[in-house]
Amino acid sequence: MIKRLPSASSVRTAILLTGVLLLATSCGWSLWDNPMTTVRPRSDFGRWTDEIFMLISWTTLVIFIAVEGGLLYVCWRFRDRPGAPLPRQIHGHTVLEISWTIAFALVLLIIGIPTIKIIFKTQEAPAATDLHVEVAGKQWWWEFKYPQFNITTANELHLPVGQTAAFFLNAPDVIHSFWIPHLGGKRDVVPHRVNRLMMTPEVPGEYPGQCAEYCGMSHANMRFRVIVHPKGEFEQWVRAQQAPPAESNDPLAQQGKSLFAQSACVGCHTIAGVSAGQIGPNLTHFGGRKSLAANLMPNTPANVARWIENPDHMKPGARMPNLGMTGEQSQALAAYLLSLK
Amino acid sequence: MATQAAFMPGAETKTQSVLWSWLTTVDHKRIGILYGSSAFILFLIGGIEALIMRLQLARPDNTLVGAQTFNELFTMHGTTMVFMAIMPMSAAFFNFMIPLMIGARDVAFPRLNALSYWIFLSGALFVNASWLFGVAPDGGWFGYANLSSAQFSPTHSIDFWMLGLQILGVSSMLAGFNFIVTIINMRAPGMTLMRMPVFIWMSLVTQFLLVLAFPAITVALILLMFDRFFGTLFYVPSAGGDPLLWQHLFWIFGHPEVYILILPAMGIVSEVLPTFARKPLFGAPVVIYSGIMIGFFGFGVWSHHMFAVGMGPVADSAFSIATMLIAVPTGVKILNWISTLWGGTIRFTTPLYFSLGFIAMFTMGGLSGVMHASPPVDLQQTDTYFVVAHFHYVLFGGSIFGLFSGAYYWWPKITGRLLDERLGKLHFWLMLIGFNVTFFPQHFLGLIGMPRRIYTYAPDLGWNFWNLVSTIGAFIIAVSFVIFIANVIRTARSGQVAGPDPWDARTLEWSIPSPPPVYNFARIPEVHGRDDFWATKYGDEHGGAPHPQPAPVTAAEIAAIHMPPTSYWPIVLAVGMMIMISGLMTSMYQIIAGGLFTLFCMYQFAVEYHRPPAAHGH
Repeated sequence: MIKRLPSASSVRTAILLTGVLLLATSCGWSLWDNPMTTVRPRSDFGRWTDEIFMLISWTTLVIFIAVEGGLLYVCWRFRDRPGAPLPRQIHGHTVLEISWTIAFALVLLIIGIPTIKIIFKTQEAPAATDLHVEVAGKQWWWEFKYPQFNITTANELHLPVGQTAAFFLNAPDVIHSFWIPHLGGKRDVVPHRVNRLMMTPEVPGEYPGQCAEYCGMSHANMRFRVIVHPKGEFEQWVRAQQAPPAESNDPLAQQGKSLFAQSACVGCHTIAGVSAGQIGPNLTHFGGRKSLAANLMPNTPANVARWIENPDHMKPGARMPNLGMTGEQSQALAAYLLSLK
Repeated sequence: MATQAAFMPGAETKTQSVLWSWLTTVDHKRIGILYGSSAFILFLIGGIEALIMRLQLARPDNTLVGAQTFNELFTMHGTTMVFMAIMPMSAAFFNFMIPLMIGARDVAFPRLNALSYWIFLSGALFVNASWLFGVAPDGGWFGYANLSSAQFSPTHSIDFWMLGLQILGVSSMLAGFNFIVTIINMRAPGMTLMRMPVFIWMSLVTQFLLVLAFPAITVALILLMFDRFFGTLFYVPSAGGDPLLWQHLFWIFGHPEVYILILPAMGIVSEVLPTFARKPLFGAPVVIYSGIMIGFFGFGVWSHHMFAVGMGPVADSAFSIATMLIAVPTGVKILNWISTLWGGTIRFTTPLYFSLGFIAMFTMGGLSGVMHASPPVDLQQTDTYFVVAHFHYVLFGGSIFGLFSGAYYWWPKITGRLLDERLGKLHFWLMLIGFNVTFFPQHFLGLIGMPRRIYTYAPDLGWNFWNLVSTIGAFIIAVSFVIFIANVIRTARSGQVAGPDPWDARTLEWSIPSPPPVYNFARIPEVHGRDDFWATKYGDEHGGAPHPQPAPVTAAEIAAIHMPPTSYWPIVLAVGMMIMISGLMTSMYQIIAGGLFTLFCMYQFAVEYHRPPAAHGH
C-alpha cells in the first residue's frame, strides 16, 4: 500500500491557515498593548464589559466560521459541471427552518442574560464613601471638580486606585462623551442633565481619555489624561491642590504674573489669589500638569508660549481668543504659568 | 446619454428633442435610468469625499485638510451615501423592475413618479450646492442637537443640510406611496401576494418603512427649522428644551432607514441566487416573513443608538433585547440563502459573485452588530471605528454588493447588452479585497480606542499602521469602480446582445424583450404560480408540462395599448418647490413667490389630464 501524500491544495490550505493564525495572533497582541486599548481593562467596570465582549466574540466567531465555511463549501460542492441535470426544485423544509430559528433564539439567550446582569450591575447608585468627581465637557476641554475636597482642575483627572469613583457628567454647551478606554465604556455628557458613570480603577498608571461624541470643530482635540495613583499618593496630590500655588521669584515669571493680572486673561481663568474667571480652565496649579490644551502637547515653556500667541493654530476654533501677545509677553506668561506647581 | 437614448424604450415623437423627451418622461424605465445614473454620480462624489478623508487619516498629525473641511467631508459623505446614493440606487431598481416583475405597464402614478425623481434631484443639488457657497454642512449626517442650533452653528451650513433633507424626504414619501399602490393594485392577474417575487416583497416592506419613518425626521427637521429661523427653543437646553428629543426623533427614523437601505439588496439577492443555482428560493415564505419582521422590529430598536446617553438600566435592557431579536429573522434569511444554493447547479456569473459577496460580508456586519446590541460592550464600541467598520460591512458589504449584484443581473434587461463578465469579475475581486482591506482593520482601530469623526490623531497611540492600511484599501475600492465604469463604456456599443432571457431566469421581466418596449407587456401575462416564467419553460412544481406558446401578439393589440403622455409639470413643480424652500435662507419674498409658483404648478399638475386628450398630440 502506498501512503497517500497530502495533495498540493491541502498543503496550500495548511500554509494559508497557519498564516491567518499568525496574523490573528499578532493582531490580538497589537490590540492588547496600546495606550487607548479597550481590551485590557484596568477597572471593575472595564473588566465586566470585557467579559461580555469576550463571550460575544467567541460566540460570534463560531457562527462566523460555520456560516462562511458553509457558504464556501456549498459553493464548491454544488458548482455547475458540464452536463449537470436540472437540480431538483426544492421549495423549503419547514422543520429545518423552525429549528434554526429556535437555535438562533437560544444563542441570543447566551448573550442576552449576562448582558442584562451587567447592565444593572454597572448602573447602581453611588455611595457617600465613593470619590465624587463632577466632570464638565466644554468645547474643547475638560473640567474636573472634586466637591469633597473643593478642588477644581482641568484636562488631568487624578484618581486613587481601589476606590470607587462616581462621575457626575454635565456640559454647559453641547453634547460630549466622557471616555477612558482602559477604565471602561463611555457616557455622554449632555447639557443641563447630570449623567452618571461609576468605576473602580484597579491598576495605577496613566491612561489617555478622549471626547467620543462629535462636538464641533476641534472634537478631535478634546483629549485628557487620567492618572490613577497608588495608595497614599492620591492624598498627597489632594493636599498639593488644596494649597495655594507655589510661586517662583524668577523675574520673568514675576513679569508674567503682572501681565496676567493686567490683561484679559483674568476674565476667563481662575488662579487662586489672583483671578476668578470662570470660562476657561482653572490655572491654579497649571505648572503641575503634564500636558497642555486638552492633552494636545507636552506642557513646555515653548509650547505654552506658542499656544498663548495663537490658540486657534493649535486647536482650530479654540474659544480662547488671540490676545495679540508679543513673543516676549507670551514667554513671560509661560514662565509664570509653569511656575504654578 | 446619446448612446443610451439609442437603445432606450419610450422614444417619443420625432419632433421632440432627446433632451426634452427625458425631461418630460413619465416612463418608469426612463425614470429608473435617471435615478440610477444620478445616484451613481452622487455615489462617486461621496466616494471622493471618503478618499480625501482616508488620505487625511493615512498618517498621524496630517495637514492635508483642516478640521473644518474634514468635518464637512464626513457630514457630506454620510448624507450623500445614505440619502443620495444608496436610497436612489434602490429607487432605480424599484422604478425599472417593479412594473416589469409584477406584469404591469407602468407604475400607478407615472407623473408622480417623475415628480419624485425631480424633487430628489433638486434636493441632491441643493445640499451639494453648499460646497459652492463655502458652507458645506458640518454637523454630521445625524446632525445632533444642540450643536446644530443657531448658537453653535451660526452659518447656513446646517440650513443647507436641514432643508435639503426635507426636500429629499418629500421625494421618498411620494415614491413610497406610489410603489405601495402599484404593488397592491397593478399586479398581473393571478399574481397573488405570495406569488410575488421576493424582490417585490422586500420593496413593498421598504416602501412602508419609508412612509412610516420619514414623518419622524420631518417633524424633527421642522422643529430644528423653527429653532433656527423663528427663535423657538425645542432643542435648546438652557431654555428648557431637550437635545435628546432630536436623538429620539432622528433614530426613530434612522433605524428603519437602515432597513430601507438593506432590504432592497436582500430582495435582489433573493432573485439572483435562485436564478444562478437554478432552484427556487429556499423557504420563500419564511424569507418574506423575515423581511416583514425586520421591518416591524426596525421601529422598536432606535434607542440602541443611544445606549451612551444615559437612559437607565431598564430602557437599556429593553432596547438591547429588541435589538438582539432582529438578529433572528436576519440569521434565518442568511441560512435560507445558503440553502437555496444547496443542491443547485451553481453558475458563477458576476451577479452571483456579488450576491455571494453580499452574504459573506453582510454576515460579518450582522455579527459585529450583535456585539454592540449588548449595551456594556456598546459603551466601549460606540462612536469608535469599530462601529464605522460595522456599518460599512452592512451598508457597503451589504447594500452596495447587493445593488451591484442587481446592476449586473438586470443590466441586460435595461440596456439590451450584457456587461463584460471578465471585467465584472475583476471589479468584484478588487472591490471585495479593497473593501476588506479598508474596513476590517477599522475593527482593530475601534478596539484600540480610535474615536470616529476625528480629523487628526497623535502618533503615539498605535493607530498609524492600520490607518495606513485602511487608506490603501480605499484606493483599491476606487480602482474597482474605475473598472466598472470602463466595463459600462466598453459594452455600451460592443457588448454581447442579451436577448430577452440571457440568464435562463425565473421571473416575468425576462419574458419580454430587452430592453423592454415602452408598454412592457404587449399582452398582460396571466400568472399561475411563483416563478411563473420558469414554469412556462420547464413545467411547474407539480410536474406539469411547460406551458404552450401563446398566440403571437398582433399589431392591432399593440396599437390599442394606452400609455400616459409626457408632462413637464413634474420638473417645473420641483423647481418651484426648491425656489420656495431656499427662500428660507434669503428672503420672505422668495418664499412667497416660490410658494405661489409651486401652488400654480400643483394646480396645473392636477388639471392636466382634464384637458381634451388631443391637446397632448399623442
